[in-house]
Formats: sequence, structure tokens, C-alpha cells
Amino acid sequence: MSTSDSEEDSYNERTALVASEIPSVPSYQQDPDQPQPADMEPRRRTVAPEPAAEPPSLDRSAVEREPVDLEEEEELPLKYGAKHVIMLFVPVTLCMVVVVATIKSVSFYTEKNGQQLIYTPFTEDTDTVGERLLNSVLNTIIMISVIVVMTIFLVVLYKYRCYKFIHGWLILSSLMMLFWFSFMYLGEVFKTYNLAMDYPTVAMIIWNFGVVGMICIHWKGPLQLQQAYLIAISALMALVFIKYLPEWSAWVILGAISVYDLVAVLCPKGPLRMLVETAQERNEPIFPALIYSSAMIWMVGMANPARHAEPTNQDTGSSDEEAHRSEGSALARDWVEPETQVSSGMNRSYSTEDDLDEEDRGVKLGLGDFIFYSVLVGKAAATGGDWNTTLACFVAILIGLCLTLLLLAIFKKALPALPISITFGLVFYFSTDNLVRPFMDNLAAHQFYI
Amino acid sequence: MTASVFFGCTFIAFGPAIALFLFTIARDPLRVIFLIAGAFFWLCSLLLSSLVWFITVQISNKESSSQQKGLLIFGVVLSVLLQETCRFGYYKLLKKANEGLLMLSAEETMPISIRQLAYVSGLGFGFMSGAFSMVNILADSVGPGTTGIHGDSQHYFLSSAFMTMAIILLHMFWGVVFFDSCEKQHWWSLAVVVISHLLVSCLTFQNPQYVGSLVPTYIIVFLVGLWAFFCSGGSLRNLKLCLTCKDKDFLLANHRPR
Repeated sequence: MSTSDSEEDSYNERTALVASEIPSVPSYQQDPDQPQPADMEPRRRTVAPEPAAEPPSLDRSAVEREPVDLEEEEELPLKYGAKHVIMLFVPVTLCMVVVVATIKSVSFYTEKNGQQLIYTPFTEDTDTVGERLLNSVLNTIIMISVIVVMTIFLVVLYKYRCYKFIHGWLILSSLMMLFWFSFMYLGEVFKTYNLAMDYPTVAMIIWNFGVVGMICIHWKGPLQLQQAYLIAISALMALVFIKYLPEWSAWVILGAISVYDLVAVLCPKGPLRMLVETAQERNEPIFPALIYSSAMIWMVGMANPARHAEPTNQDTGSSDEEAHRSEGSALARDWVEPETQVSSGMNRSYSTEDDLDEEDRGVKLGLGDFIFYSVLVGKAAATGGDWNTTLACFVAILIGLCLTLLLLAIFKKALPALPISITFGLVFYFSTDNLVRPFMDNLAAHQFYI
Repeated sequence: MTASVFFGCTFIAFGPAIALFLFTIARDPLRVIFLIAGAFFWLCSLLLSSLVWFITVQISNKESSSQQKGLLIFGVVLSVLLQETCRFGYYKLLKKANEGLLMLSAEETMPISIRQLAYVSGLGFGFMSGAFSMVNILADSVGPGTTGIHGDSQHYFLSSAFMTMAIILLHMFWGVVFFDSCEKQHWWSLAVVVISHLLVSCLTFQNPQYVGSLVPTYIIVFLVGLWAFFCSGGSLRNLKLCLTCKDKDFLLANHRPR
């Protein structure tokens, strides 16, 4: 079983949250040398005519502008930010609902048949607890190192402008996701509900689903359809993780991923931060793909909705040969089409402030965040069968997301979206499962109400 | 344990709450956020009380069922007190947040008033409380089985659903009254809220004699509801105006711009 390590890579960049509700002028005026959330750039460009080369005389203007706008901006976060929080709550909730519904009904995704991803080679069928713990930690180390290597390779690729390569791999990844994984999913659903189905019909359905998905994600499409496809892909990916990651490894990986996310986005030498800085220097928006955007940006004279994330990984899901291929493709996968990006960037520079309605400024959240949130909630639903734990994790993740967005509104730079939510989620999972569950079960047995 | 039991109990338990959510909260993102934050605070209180209960159970005699029942009762009382403490904590947090917002914002008015926050947070508490009480039972009602096959009450699901509805409504009313009394510093009415919560929980100790628990609970729901209505500025005059569609403020506020 190979996993989509591209997944891991992609979500790293993807887990950066970007604020978008900053009024155009100040945001444009921020010092480009500072790492800025690259995702903000497309928006900024739409709101201000952009000179081809931006002289960093923005420094002083940045400083002047800051205090003036700070007041407006700080009041804005709650009135403005509340809307964006909900714009992210809804898709995150939808993704989690899809994953939990699937886990609870389709037994395929909770069956363990001993198959594991090649990135988690150590088995958890050991004799002692200590050995099991050791194996899960080793699995995590391997997984995280794969991710780190991939991300660094990605940064190197970006630095050397191998755009076509990346572009091609991304398309291959999304092909894999949209066709193969959805076919598998559909098959399992039919098996669960014992529905008789013929191949021509399935071929029609999958073909249409896949082609429309490719068009929506890589080219143009209605915003809501794009968002729906991104949610579907994140859910599919999360389901694969839930199936193929062994129990303890999954929890340790979740914890380690959030630490890595924190480090990668915030440390000065972190790969993600370097990525952002590189994109900054080149005046390119980075990674419009593989990111869920809650709003669309309309340009003068052209309908060019913001590109949304392409499916993060291609999980080959089958043989080892493909694993090597996926490894190679993983690198490309995270990438969004830089060429189109650049061209759309230039197109955007022609638009003026009038075009950008304030309502359209959305917040972006990486697909990797969707995936890992859903993995956490899905695992909570899969192990135990207790709905209280699932609910608790769900609320914890939403509150973590809310806090992250609040921090985003305060700090106004790309932030990792995983740490707070995953920490809350893990804390609530373990405490609800071990402490609250016996308490509530006892109460329900006696029909006591608190 | 049929589908009709499942749907019936779901709608009985969560119907009013979902209706309230859809009509008054769903459109305003700020209220949704505070609702979820309220749910989170309730969850924290439950966590703390479960922790204490768990520790006491571990150090107690697990064989003696009367001791276990006693510990459970202790757990219930502790949980109620912790819930109200968390409600108070949430109130304090909201006040601080409100003040901060007011200082920073250019406008004079708050985007959301403390009364709305009281309502929303109460409903958040109620949602979470109801969900934790009811969802597992609902999940079981979908599966196969016979209710009360060992001689327990046949009306388990229905009574749970009604009790859950009462609790959700009560949490909402308690939220309103609680915040109002905190605002006005009426500590006695705060105590009455806590005592009524304790009363409702202790009434459930009589289950499965549902007459003893459900009927007084609903009376309390009605009374606290009335109290909350008057606390939040309602009056007979307001009610009459509203019901006869003569309340100009209400009509204007709900008038949608074309």
C-alpha cells in the first residue's frame, strides 16, 4: 500500500491559513520582504494596481499605514472575521460529516486486514504494550521524515522553476483521486447497501464525476462545485488514512504532524516559510491549488475564479510499483500550476478595487487541514462506536479552528491551522473516551440527567 | 426500536432547539460562533466532573452497588455545580471580550448584545447537554432490540426524549436568567438558578417513576421560561402586541429590504 506522500507534502503548505479580510491598501503595502501569506497576494493584486516590480519603499508606508488601519482592522476581525469563520466551519463540518457517515455505515473503511502503507512499515500486532508504542513511534518518525524530505524537495523544485513538471504531476494526482478513489468508494457503498449495479452505469457515473471534477479544479467552474469537489477529495483521502494507518500510529502521527506544521510554518528556516518567501521574491502567488478558498475573486472583464486546490494526493492504494511513482509524483502534487498562476496574477493586476466586493474576500484553508481534521474525527467515530466522543472531537476541532482564525486576524500572516485544533481534538478524544464515557454510560443506565 | 421511534424521539428531543437555531441563530455568524463556544464550555465542565467522578470511583469499592450509586449521585451534583461555574466563567469571558471589542471598535454599539449572548450561550449549553444525553440512546434505537425486556420501563426512549427537550429548554432559560442576574448583580436569583438546576437533576433520581420526574420538570420549565421572558424585557403588553402583529419595532426589525 502506498500512501500519498504527496498528501503529506501538500498539506504542509496547505495547512497555512491565510487571512484575506485585510483592506486592500494596507495589505498591499506590507513589506514584501517579510514573509507574507502568499495566498493573500492574489487578493491584494486585485485590489490595487500593481507595478511590475514592487519597490520596497513599502517599508515606510507599511509602518505609517499600520496604526491607521489597525483600528479598523481590529474591529473588523470580529464582525468580518465571524463570517469567514463560518465560511470555514461549514466545509470542515461537511467533510467531517461525510467521513463519519461513511465510517459508521460502510464497514470497509474500518476493516483491518493487515495491509499497511509502506510509510508505516512497523506492525502494531505486537505482544507487549511497550513494543507497540515503539513501533508506532517509529512509524511516525518514518512518515514525518518522508514528509520533511518531500517538502524540502518541493521547495528546491520551486526554486529551480520546474513548473511544467509539477503541473503535470498535479494533474496526474487529481486524475487518480477523482477516478480511482471515487470508484472504490462507490463500489464499497454499493456493497454495503447491497445495490445491484452494472459496469456501464458505473463507468458513466465515474466518468462524469471525474471529468467535471478535473475541469472544476484545474480550470474553471462554479465556486460551490469546486468547493464540493475539494471537500469530496479531502473526505476520500481521510478515509484512506483511516483505513490504512494502524491505531496508535495514527494518533502519534496526528500529534507529530501538528508539531511539524507549527515548526514548518513559523520557524525562519522552515520549508513552508521559505516557500512563502521565495514566492514573495518572485511576486508569485503560491499554491492556489490544494487550498480551499471560501470566496471567489472576480476580475475586470473576465470571470476567473480563484483556482482551488487540486487533489492533494494520489493515493495509489495498491501495489508497490506505484509507490515509487507516487513518490515522484508526490513532489509535483502539491504544486499548483505556476504558469497559470503567473498569468492569472498578471490578469489580476488589471482589476481595480471596485471589483473586489468585501464579501468576496475569503479565508483559505489548506486541504491537508481538512484531511487531518477528518482523520481525527473519523478515527474517533471508528474506534468505540460512542457518539459522544465523536461529538466532543468535532466541537473541539471547531473551537480550535475558531481560535486559529482569531489569531490569524490578529497577526495577519500565514499560520498553521493544525496545531490548536489537533491538540484540542486529541485532548478531548482521550479524555472523553476514558473519563466521560463511563460517566455518561452510568448516567444513561440510571436515566439520571445532569 | 423502529425508524419511527428514532425519528420521533429525535424530533421530540431536538425539535425546538433546532427550530430556534434555524430561525434565530443560523443567519448570524457571530451567534453561531458563540453557540459553539458555549457548547465547548459545557463540554469542559463535563470533562472536569467526569475526571473527579472517575477518580472517586477508582479509589472506591467497586463491588458495592449502593456505594457506586452514591458516587454517581455525588457526580451528578458536582456536575451541576461545575456546569453553573462554567456558565459563570463563560459570562466573565464574554464580558471581557465585549469590553475589548467596544474599546477597539469605531462604532458605539456592540455587534451582539449581552442578552443575545445569554440566549445563545444558554442554547449552546443546552445543545451539548442534550446531545450528550440523547445521541447514544438514539443510535441504539435504530438498531435491533426490545425495550425493557428485563423488566425495565417500556417508555425509556420516549421519556429520555422528553427529558432531553426539557433540559435543552431549561439551559436556554437558565442562560438568560443567569446572565441577567449577573448583569444586575442579583446574587439571589443566581442561587435560584443553581438550585433549580440541582432540583431538576435530583428529580431524575426517581426515574423510572417518570411521573415524579417529568411532570415537575416541565412545571419548572414553564416557570423558568416565564422568568426568562420577563427578565429579557418581555411583558404582557409586548406579548399582546406581538401576537396581534401590532408591534412596530418587531415588524420593522424583521422587514427585509427589497
